[in-house]
Amino acid sequence: MQYSDKVMDHFYNPRNIGTIEDPDGVGEVGNPKCGDIMKMMIKVDNGVISDIKFKTFGCGAAIATSSMGTQMIKGKTLKEAWNISNKAVVEALDGLPPAKVHCSVLAEQAIKEAIKDYCKKNNLDYKSLVADI
Amino acid sequence: MIYLDNAATTKILPDVLDEMMIYLTEEYGNPSSFYDLGQRSKIAINKARDIIAESIGAKSDEIYFTSCGTESDNWAIRGAAYLGKKQGKNHIISSEFEHHAVLHTLESLKQEGFEITLLPVTSDGFVDLEKLKLEVRDTTCLVTIMLANNEIGTIQPIEKIKKICEEKNILFHTDAVQAVGKIKIDVKELGVDMLSISGHKIHAPKGVGALYIKSGIKLPSYIHGGGQERNKRAGTENVASIVGFGKAVKIAIDKMSENNKYVLNLRNQLIDYILEKIPATKLNGDKQKRLPGNINISFEGIEGESILLMLRKYEICASTGSACTSGSLDPSHVLLSIGLSHEMAHGSIRFTISELNTQEEIDIVKKVLPDIIKKLREMSPIWK
Repeated sequence: MQYSDKVMDHFYNPRNIGTIEDPDGVGEVGNPKCGDIMKMMIKVDNGVISDIKFKTFGCGAAIATSSMGTQMIKGKTLKEAWNISNKAVVEALDGLPPAKVHCSVLAEQAIKEAIKDYCKKNNLDYKSLVADI
Repeated sequence: MIYLDNAATTKILPDVLDEMMIYLTEEYGNPSSFYDLGQRSKIAINKARDIIAESIGAKSDEIYFTSCGTESDNWAIRGAAYLGKKQGKNHIISSEFEHHAVLHTLESLKQEGFEITLLPVTSDGFVDLEKLKLEVRDTTCLVTIMLANNEIGTIQPIEKIKKICEEKNILFHTDAVQAVGKIKIDVKELGVDMLSISGHKIHAPKGVGALYIKSGIKLPSYIHGGGQERNKRAGTENVASIVGFGKAVKIAIDKMSENNKYVLNLRNQLIDYILEKIPATKLNGDKQKRLPGNINISFEGIEGESILLMLRKYEICASTGSACTSGSLDPSHVLLSIGLSHEMAHGSIRFTISELNTQEEIDIVKKVLPDIIKKLREMSPIWK
C-alpha cells in the first residue's frame, strides 16, 4: 500500500490521540466487520471546538484521517467543523489510495456524530446550527 | 531489511541464478528446434523435469511445466471438470480455505453450471474430512484440497482422501504450492491424481510452475498452440526459469531436514515469545502440524495493516493474511473459515521464515513487536 509522506507522518505521530474526560460530545462510527472503528470526543466552548481527541481501530489510513480530521477542526466553530468534508481531509493528507478513501468518509462521519451528540445533549437542533443563515 | 514473507515469495538463491544464467545468455535455443542449440535447451528442461519428478515420487513424463501455481490449479480443476462433464458428472468438492487460485476457478465453473461443495474447516485449521464422505455424490468428478494452507500453514491429512476417491472413481487434486520443499511429498502415498507446484516459493524465479498429472489421466489441454510439453501445454518453454526451478527443488530436497530444523527453531522461538510477552494474542492454526516457517497470530483490539505499517518503520516485511488480499478490505477468508471473529481476523499478521533468515533478525522482531502492539492498542477504542 503506497501512502503519502503526510499519511505516514500522521500515522506514526497521530495528533490528538486519546480521550477526554467529561466530553461534551462523542461520535463513534464503523464496525469491526469492516475493520474500522473511530471514536471522537469533543469539548465545546461558546460554539467553538476547544478540544478534540480520538481513538481508532483500523488501518494506517483510518488512523491518519482521524488524526488529520481532528487537527483540521480543532479551534473551529461547530458550523465550520461540520462543513469540513472528507475530500478536504484527503487533500490535506496529499491523497489516499482509492481503496482507502472510505476511511476519510468515516472520519467525517465521526466528527458529525460528535457534533450531533453535543447538540442532542444541549437540546440544540443541529440542522439549524449548521445551516447557512 | 528483514524479510519475513517467504510464503508470498522468496529470494532467488545464488546457486539457482548461476545455473540459469547460461540459458539467459549463450544457450538461448528454442527446445523445439532441431539443431544442437535447441536440443541443449531441451536436455536442460528435461533434467529439471527429472529432478522435480523424483522429488515427489513421480515419473518424469508425469510432470508438465506451466507459468505458475495458479495456472497449474486452473488447468487441473478445469480439466477435471471437463472430463467429468463428458461422463455426466458436474459436482466438485473442495474446502472453504483454499487459495483463490482454486476458489475463484471453482466460482467460474459454478457460473457454467457446476455444483460446488466447500468443506468446512476446524478451528485448528484442518479440513473436516469426515464431512467429505457425506458430501460425495455419484456426480462428483473432482476433489481438490490443498496440502498446506498458505496463510496458517496447517498441513492437511489428504492421504485419507485417496480411498474415498478411488472407490468412487473421482479425480483428486492438491495444491502443494506451499508444501513443496518443506515437507516430504510422495504422490503415491498421498494418492493424488494431480498436484500443483510453484517455483518462486522455493527460491526459484517467478513465472514458472508445474503440474503433476498421473499417467493414464487424459487431462485436456488448457493453453493451446504448439506441441510443447507433449502436446499438453503449448507455448515456448521458459527455459532459464525451468532450469532454476529444477535447481531450487534439488537444493530444497537435499537440505530439507537441515533447513527445517533451523527454521523450526526460529519459528517456535518467535511464536512462544509473542504468545508469552504480548497479552490477548492467538496463534492461528495447530502449532504442530504446520509448515516449519509459518507463524500466523491475531492481536486483539488492533488491525493488521497498521501493524504492518509500524513494522515497515523497522524495514520488517510481513503480511496480513495473504499478499493477494492485502489490497482488499475484507478480512482473510482463511481466518474466517477457522472461526475467527471479523475483529480477530482483521488483527492478524503472518510471518513466514526461511533458512535465509537469521537469529539476529528474529531478535529484532522480538524487540520491536511488543511496543508496536502496545502503541496501537493505546490508540484503539475497542481495546480495554
